[in-house]
Amino acid sequence: MKSKFHPDKNGYFGQFGGAFIPELLYPNVKELEDNYIQIIESNEFQTEYKSLLKDYVGRPTPLYFAKRLSEKYGAHIYLKREDLNHTGAHKVNNTVGQILIAKKLGKTNIIAETGAGQHGVATATVCALMGLDCTVFMGEKDIERQAPNVARMKMLGAKVVPATSGSKTLKDATNEAIRYWIQNPETFYLIGSVVGPHPHPDMVARLQAIISEEMKWQLKEKTGKENPDTIIACVGGGSNAAGAFYHFMDDEDVELIAVEAAGLGIHSGESAATSQLGEVGIIHGSKTILMQDEYGQIVEPYSISAGLDYPGVGPLHAFLYESKRATFMNATDKEALAGAYELTKIEGIIPALETAHALAVLPKMKLEKDQVVVINLSGRGDKDLETYIKHLEE
Amino acid sequence: MNSIQQLFQQKDKNLLSIYFTCGFPKLEDTTKVIAALEKSKVDFIEVGLPYSDPLADGPTIQDSSHKALQNGINLDIVFEQLITIKETNKTPLVLMGYLNQMLKYGEDKFCKKVVECGIDTLIIPDLPMVEFENHYQQLFEKYGLTNVFLITPNTEEERIRKIDAYTKAFIYVVASSSITGAKGEISDQQIAYFKRIKAMNLKSKLIVGFGISNKSTFNTACKYANGAIIGSAFIKNLDKNGIDTIDDFIRPIIS
Repeated sequence: MKSKFHPDKNGYFGQFGGAFIPELLYPNVKELEDNYIQIIESNEFQTEYKSLLKDYVGRPTPLYFAKRLSEKYGAHIYLKREDLNHTGAHKVNNTVGQILIAKKLGKTNIIAETGAGQHGVATATVCALMGLDCTVFMGEKDIERQAPNVARMKMLGAKVVPATSGSKTLKDATNEAIRYWIQNPETFYLIGSVVGPHPHPDMVARLQAIISEEMKWQLKEKTGKENPDTIIACVGGGSNAAGAFYHFMDDEDVELIAVEAAGLGIHSGESAATSQLGEVGIIHGSKTILMQDEYGQIVEPYSISAGLDYPGVGPLHAFLYESKRATFMNATDKEALAGAYELTKIEGIIPALETAHALAVLPKMKLEKDQVVVINLSGRGDKDLETYIKHLEE
Repeated sequence: MNSIQQLFQQKDKNLLSIYFTCGFPKLEDTTKVIAALEKSKVDFIEVGLPYSDPLADGPTIQDSSHKALQNGINLDIVFEQLITIKETNKTPLVLMGYLNQMLKYGEDKFCKKVVECGIDTLIIPDLPMVEFENHYQQLFEKYGLTNVFLITPNTEEERIRKIDAYTKAFIYVVASSSITGAKGEISDQQIAYFKRIKAMNLKSKLIVGFGISNKSTFNTACKYANGAIIGSAFIKNLDKNGIDTIDDFIRPIIS
């Protein structure tokens, strides 16, 4: 069934999306656009994709009823355990899918960008699995704060290239990846979120939709109804949120909550809360909402979490925000840390700093006792231990 | 007829264009660089609008944009600077920038200002043809502006023919699949590409850019096209040796 939340033929979700790319990239993007749906919908792809998700990634991931968290907040809170995926986050759903598409297109050289490193690790992993060359661009600052993931990527055989321009974070890693792609048009750019030129946002959303597909039948098993009342997910570019929302976007009775990183506070000048601070613009090949100054220069974002440190959101999220289909909330660094410590203490789960932002909105919500809430636990916190320990000591 | 078409009527061989970044090396240098380039008899000038995230640019132009932004340049200042030389400068100017700058400034306001500065030709590398057809063609026509499309070694013939039909100034022939910046000499593969384009007998004039850095690469490009654009090599020289040496850089190329 065609949904109004699917892109039109030019890759637009409402006024957002499109493919604003230099001519140098046109043939690559066109090749992907002409082939991706046919590949994804083929039986051959689906068989291989589902088989790898099951036996390699470890899906389905559990939908865990968080009893103590539920008691504390007075609602039925479930955690979709994407942290239990191989490589530790939802990112691998997308990389497994895209590497199969890359192979189908005959590509052998893979590049990726990464913020927290989870997408880089997931890409390096599938490249190792398939025996393909892998180059990962990562902001110099993120290389410092995500050392465990950098080590993992290297061990997996990937070349990690530091992005030294701008804020030296995810935005700049993406710029560098696109520049490399321009110079090496035979390369497959395995993009990590629902951002970039069409068809990337749609392709990544389709590959992450496995999250909401599983949530439907898991909820039915556990609650008798396949729709929850509320789904909460953190948003940087927005791939885990797109995956968690995907099969519920047309079910208007399901409340969708996207949580952005407010950093040191929305108006502190050190934030990544795009929906609050951004305006319509073009970043990384797509029209969306982004943080920019009055002359269209992109403003450098800030968050304690490297994966949310991005000045835009994907075009689907911009449309969900503008159409008011999703509610956008935000959490500061401090609130996210508190959310992470709380989950660790009462459920024995250390979440990724990104995910901690989703958890951090629970105290701000008015929950009903029968309300079924699903939080997409997008990744595990091993990579953020140093940050957690540093702030715990404070 | 726009300023570039008029230029081609007077001269259609060995045209040299220079790209420079507004507000670089110093904030007030925009008009000084244009005046010096005119004095050195450059045929037309590509005026670069500094952008925070210039995807199609290599490290040299990227760095000059960064420094210009640190100098405090912005679109209002660029337009203020350009308007002051409108009457004295006779060398055609082509404006190069990224679409987000125009979008945020306001599309109509941007186009109006460009026209006020006496500029009628734009290069916007991230403006795709489909967006041009759906929206920008009409907008530009309203203001008498023309858009320069880029082609690369990977652009298919059918698409090149379409671009040729839309072109009123020139087609920007990107010399290789690359971002801006000098790559040394022009390869046999690139020459084969230039020959292929020349053999298509397009109605439009052809200007080669990306990787043109000196007399040798300029001359090679001019064998197959109407002229060439030098960017990164000029910026490097400007950064290292200053505005006073512009003529020393240009003269050996066009002599």
